[in-house]
Order: sequence, then C-alpha cells, then structure tokens
Amino acid sequence: MKKLLALFAVMALLFSLFVFPALAANKPPQKGERLPVFNLPIPKNPDERNYLGLSGSGLFKIPQIKAKTVIVEFFSMYCPICQKDAPGVNELYRLIENNPVIKNKVKLIGIGAGNSPYEVEVYKKTYDVPFPLFPDKDFVIHQACGEVRTPYYMVVKMNDDGTHQIVHAQLGDYPGAEKFLEIILNASGLK
Amino acid sequence: MEKKRLSSLILIVGVLSVFVLTPMAFGLSDIYKENIYRVGTLKPVDSVLKVKVRGHAPDFTLSSVSGEKVSLGQLRGKKNVVLSFVPAAWTPVCSDQWPGYNIAKDIFSRYDAILLGITVDNIPTLFAWTNQMGQLWFPVLSDFWPHGAVAKRYGVLRSNGVSERALFVIDKAGIIRYIDVHDINKRPPLEDLMGALEKLK
Repeated sequence: MKKLLALFAVMALLFSLFVFPALAANKPPQKGERLPVFNLPIPKNPDERNYLGLSGSGLFKIPQIKAKTVIVEFFSMYCPICQKDAPGVNELYRLIENNPVIKNKVKLIGIGAGNSPYEVEVYKKTYDVPFPLFPDKDFVIHQACGEVRTPYYMVVKMNDDGTHQIVHAQLGDYPGAEKFLEIILNASGLK
Repeated sequence: MEKKRLSSLILIVGVLSVFVLTPMAFGLSDIYKENIYRVGTLKPVDSVLKVKVRGHAPDFTLSSVSGEKVSLGQLRGKKNVVLSFVPAAWTPVCSDQWPGYNIAKDIFSRYDAILLGITVDNIPTLFAWTNQMGQLWFPVLSDFWPHGAVAKRYGVLRSNGVSERALFVIDKAGIIRYIDVHDINKRPPLEDLMGALEKLK
C-alpha cells in the first residue's frame, strides 16, 4: 500500500513538473530581469511566422524571435482596458511597420491570459489585431509571469551575445502609440 | 531507515506538488485596481438544480440597472435567451466574465440571442460595478429581493446566499436547451456557450 502511495506521489510530482514547466512566480517580471521561461507555439499562419522570423512547427521561446526588441502584451478578451487600448496598440504596430529603420528590429506579440484559442480569435477579429496573439488557456504563462493584471506590457531587448533583458515593463497606463514607441526605442537603445 | 525517510519525503513533496503547482489564476483586468475582494478557492458547486434541459424555463421579472423591469416571458417567441448568473459583484472571475460577453454582441446576434446578466447584488452595487466594465449592451438584473428568489427557483442559489456561476440557454419557445453550472472558481469558455447557441439553429 505504501509502495503504491509512493508511486502515486512520484507520478504526481513528475506530472506537475511536465504539465506546468513554467513554475509560478510571485511577482510580475520587472525591468532588468530576464523573461520567465515559457514556450509558445510557432504560428500556423505563414504571415505571422514570417513576421516573427520563425520557421517550421512546434514551440519557440520569445528570444528566438528575429528582432532586436520584442514587445509582449499580456491581454485578455475579458479585460475592458485591453479592449479600450486595442486600437492604440494596433496603431503602435503600424507605426513600427511603416518605419523602415525599425521595421525589422521591433516585433510585437500578445498573450491572452486565460483565453482559449476561440476567445483570442474573438478578440483578434473584434479589434482587427494585425500582430500574432497566443492563447494561454490554462494560465500557465500567466502564472509564470506572477499573475500579472492586464494589460501588462514588457519590452524585451535581445543582446548580441544571445542573452536578453526586460528593459521596460508597465501595468496598464498605455500612453498612446507614439509615446509608447518612444519609450520602447529609448529603453532598448534603438534611438 | 534512510530509505524509509526518503520515500516519505517523496510522498509528501509529490502530493503537495499537485496543489502547489496547479494554476488557480484568473487574469484580472487592471480596471478594477485594488477594489476586487479575493474570495479564495470555493467549493465548485454548492446547490442542486431545480430545472432541467428540455424543461420549461421558469418565468421571472427583475429590475435592471438601467431602471426598467425585464421579464423572461416578454421575450418568448421573440428571442433566444442566455441567462448568465454570476456569484457577486467586485469578486474575481465575475468581474472579467461580462466584459468578454460585451465584445461578443455580434455572435449573440448571429444566434438571435439576448443575454441577461443576473446577480443577487442590489442595484446600487451593480451600478457601480458594471460602470467599470464600459457600456454593456445587455441588461444586468438584480435578484436581490426577495433575496436570490430567481436563483433559488432555478436551483443555483448557494448556501451562503450568492448564486452559482451558471449559464442557461432558453429557446424562443421558453424551453431550456443548455445548462452549465460551472465551477464557481473558473470562467466558462466562450466556445462552450456559443456551441450551445449554434445547436439552436
């Protein structure tokens, strides 16, 4: 009986470690820190794959995105501020894409905290979001990132030696596309 | 002896890991700032349904936040109806659920459905709470007095006086076609509700 219990315990531990590889953090990622370790699925949409400079299928980590700076927005279809700010964040994407100097250096993605693929799709369609959005249905990434409230923005700078660093993070308070782009470029040294 | 101690340690760590590593998050919008009361993890369901799928939906009339009275019976023959009971204003999960429905109006319309949001809170509380969500397109109804009478009639009033997190889909003939008395700690996925509406076609 005890052997059976011990076996159950070992299985439970292994199961938990495999299912929740990104262990819960107790606070949101801050400026100066590295990103918590988590995986995202390589987009099936070829335009999104190209945008991120990824190929094939399977999983990737944010530092694998071909860019000098990646902006990560934690959003939720269920979050009124995210809904209100969605057009402004779309505008940020367009400002970047229309600027030939930074177009290939700065990329933008969204992670839907607790949102199923269906819910992310509703958000994407409602606001006509032009950049890749990823569902995080079971809150695994959200937990790894200290259960951030939404929207939460992180600006991640990729260093030449392959390391990376969060150079700016903020909860809500979206200042508008132009101002936020300035913050991003200053923080990541692209200006 | 050493071996025994190790196996006991593995046993404890293993069992604890299930609880420690299982996500209990709910992704709260920053719009509510620090005004959300954390209720902790609750018993998933704490009531016994008094209605069933394919049965008649009990009629009711409740006051809405905008001041008018809304009767289920008035909608019979005109609209499919989704009743969304949520447990309480200013609590996690509930505070996120309706803002999501608020951007899905076109999907509800596609199925000729109207949404009625219901809680056992009083009107002033619902007024202040739903104001944070932006302009809601659907009526929010107060089942405050007699306290939780409608929730009780449907069998979704919990023992502490709040309602379950429950969804009912009622067709134009007034027949209940779908019931989801959801785990109160979790938000029902939108696709499940929309799948139920799809079946009304």
